[in-house]
Amino acid sequence: MTDSPESIRIPITTDADIVLARQSGRDMAEQMDCSATDATLLATAISEVARNIVTHGGGGEVVLRVVDAEGERAIEVVASDRGPGIADLSRAMQDGYSTGNGLGLGLPGARRLMDEFEVTSEVGVGTTVVMRMWRSR
Amino acid sequence: MAVPILKQGDYLIATIQSAMTDSEAVRLRDDLMRQIGVYRSRGVIVDITTLDVMDSFAARSLRTIAHMTQLRGADTVVVGMQPEVAFAMVQLGLDFEDVHTALDLEEGLAFLDVGTGG
Repeated sequence: MTDSPESIRIPITTDADIVLARQSGRDMAEQMDCSATDATLLATAISEVARNIVTHGGGGEVVLRVVDAEGERAIEVVASDRGPGIADLSRAMQDGYSTGNGLGLGLPGARRLMDEFEVTSEVGVGTTVVMRMWRSR
Repeated sequence: MAVPILKQGDYLIATIQSAMTDSEAVRLRDDLMRQIGVYRSRGVIVDITTLDVMDSFAARSLRTIAHMTQLRGADTVVVGMQPEVAFAMVQLGLDFEDVHTALDLEEGLAFLDVGTGG
């Protein structure tokens, strides 16, 4: 697996940054000739994880890049914050569980939109979400 | 940038842009609530034709708007959802079952005309 040189880093502190991050994801999907549907799924997933950074993480960043594997490419999204972390990850991945003002669909919803989804979190250190959308060339 | 709201007879028409932020969604709610009182509006159309991402916050905001306008005596209908956005909403687990929707502005106006006898 080799990394494509182009990666985009978007610092996330405000709700305007959420919009910027999802638009960047859509642009990247369109450059990769993804379908309009895939571009929308990706942008929506980015919007959810970026909002978590603003709402719970006290700021952080979203990094987008293209990952190549044999015959396939993925758009990889790494969303990280240095917030309080998530004490109960399995609970945070359940539909309807929310400590913010959302619907509690952020993380589980983003997982359903993407092909791969991993979340790691350490209390007092922060939370990182890595998710990928794979497409054959 | 605030979401533009147009007064059209008994109705208010709000046209959401693709880059709507969370705070603009909250402001739209407050602006609509105020203008319903000022103009004594009986219906609200929220046009999301150009909205390219409906995430959980935006969906929650629109549902709240629909419920609040109803309590103020005005029906709200959300129009123009793109097929990709509808697909993403279903995947995300969001629904609008308690929100009126219509294909486009024309259908939305027809819906309100039936409901208000206008």
